[in-house]
Amino acid sequence: MSSVALHRLAHGRTGDKGNRSNISVIAYRPEDFALLVEQVTEARVAEIFRHRHPTRVTRYLLPKLHAMNFVIDDVLDGGVNSALNLDSHGKSLAFLLLDMTIEIPGGRT
Amino acid sequence: LLVGGGAGFSGDRTDVAEPVVDTMIARGLPSVLIFETLAERTLALAQLARCVDPEGGYEPLLVEMLTPILAKCLANRVRIVSNFGAANPRAAARRIALLARELGLRPPRIAIVSGDDLSGADYRPLLREAIGPRIDQISVVSANAYLGAQPIAAALLAGADIVVAGRVADPSLVVGPALAHFGWAEDSWRHLGPATMAGHLLECGAQVTGGYFADPGRKDVPGLDDVGFPIGEIREDGSCEISKADGTGGYVTTATVKEQLLYEVHDPAAYLTPDVTADISDAQVTEISRDRVRVSGVRGHPRPATLKVNVCHEDGWLAEGEISYAGRGAEARARLAADVLRRRLAPLDLRVDLIGTLSVFADDAGRMLSQAPVGDARDVRLRVAASHQDKRTAERLTREVTALYTCGPAGGGGVRTSLRSRLDTLSCFVPRESIRAHYEFLP
Repeated sequence: MSSVALHRLAHGRTGDKGNRSNISVIAYRPEDFALLVEQVTEARVAEIFRHRHPTRVTRYLLPKLHAMNFVIDDVLDGGVNSALNLDSHGKSLAFLLLDMTIEIPGGRT
Repeated sequence: LLVGGGAGFSGDRTDVAEPVVDTMIARGLPSVLIFETLAERTLALAQLARCVDPEGGYEPLLVEMLTPILAKCLANRVRIVSNFGAANPRAAARRIALLARELGLRPPRIAIVSGDDLSGADYRPLLREAIGPRIDQISVVSANAYLGAQPIAAALLAGADIVVAGRVADPSLVVGPALAHFGWAEDSWRHLGPATMAGHLLECGAQVTGGYFADPGRKDVPGLDDVGFPIGEIREDGSCEISKADGTGGYVTTATVKEQLLYEVHDPAAYLTPDVTADISDAQVTEISRDRVRVSGVRGHPRPATLKVNVCHEDGWLAEGEISYAGRGAEARARLAADVLRRRLAPLDLRVDLIGTLSVFADDAGRMLSQAPVGDARDVRLRVAASHQDKRTAERLTREVTALYTCGPAGGGGVRTSLRSRLDTLSCFVPRESIRAHYEFLP
């Protein structure tokens, strides 16, 4: 077993509406999608954003795009109009998620 | 039908639409150019501008956007559809008519879409119903319903060269021309679903052609300094192929299209607009050739019974201040400066950023920063921010940051401060029947 950062296997971007963020996670290679579905879970994403006190994390799967969409509620300190963050849209947040560690089963590269 | 994206937000580049227009003309198909320039806040700012100047309140870059392309569009029947009317579509239409005269062009037929503006007293009972008594406790700056594609389609069918709208749902800028061109029924969800997602892909300009995408070493985008804007080729069945202006930088790949397809989407099976409920849960993207990607498998379901309304209101003041520390002990000095500010400004709640160490990932309450180990970063910009309903209270922050020059830690330089009024948005939904969307031609 070895591990890699999620950004080696997937790309994504952040969108925002109000106090809700959505972050896509898209496998570069279709064959990695199952591994991502197994490991990039709602619980792990909630843990990554714990300091921002999200009230709910929902994962949607799009198998034909080899992608998933995370919708994270109340994670933007009020959103673009209310947050004190320089990045009040949360545009940078996909890069926080993509830093997650993925365990690679033995023998795979 | 070709639909080109000429702008993805208010403040987008104004030299990008011309290559899009040239490419559409060269391809020889019926063509429409859209400019999407209204974010959630933009309309409130426009409403404030209109209060100052009754002929203002539309997209500030309107003339800069249209000057390079208006002659070509009128000469080649490339129609223009946009929400750049913002809070004052009528004044924008008059300004475009004047621009055409200034450029020595034939008078364009300009249609004005209205019915979105709910800021008048007539609509107060409707908003009170939707929002509750809070509506009477806030200072409303703007209130606008998201209109759909119908009035745009009707204006184009009546012969408009240019359609000037205020708040319409962004994808409707594309659905309107597609409805007019293909003659789909208003409830033909299987057409409106895919056309809406074509609009979704085109309305953010360069975000589907390599912008908001490039990541050196992972996702290398050629020619980002000259990134080309997108062109969608919409078919009779509503499906589309995304490409971009010829001779420009950037690229269109399955990766750029997938990222933008999911951008600002929540439930992929229910992307709600005034026109349709679009469903991308079975969507597929396929590369057809270089810089050309096909999107298929998008479905449509009946549209929502309500329309979304955004109400913008005044919300106090935002104060920000920054100061830099560099060299040995920079992080410790920046942290000391933050402590000084917290003590001086209590009970004002401060957000603290140590730019270069930890900033935008962190939360406003400082939980992440307080858990981060103290490091020894050698180039740190301290930023503090706070908001308050009272202007003078917020302003104290800017004075205290400035005072760090002489009263703070050693070697602090480069102070910048700002104090701005804030706007916040409430969203609600109103029955579709309570809104009268329509168009008329500029006389």
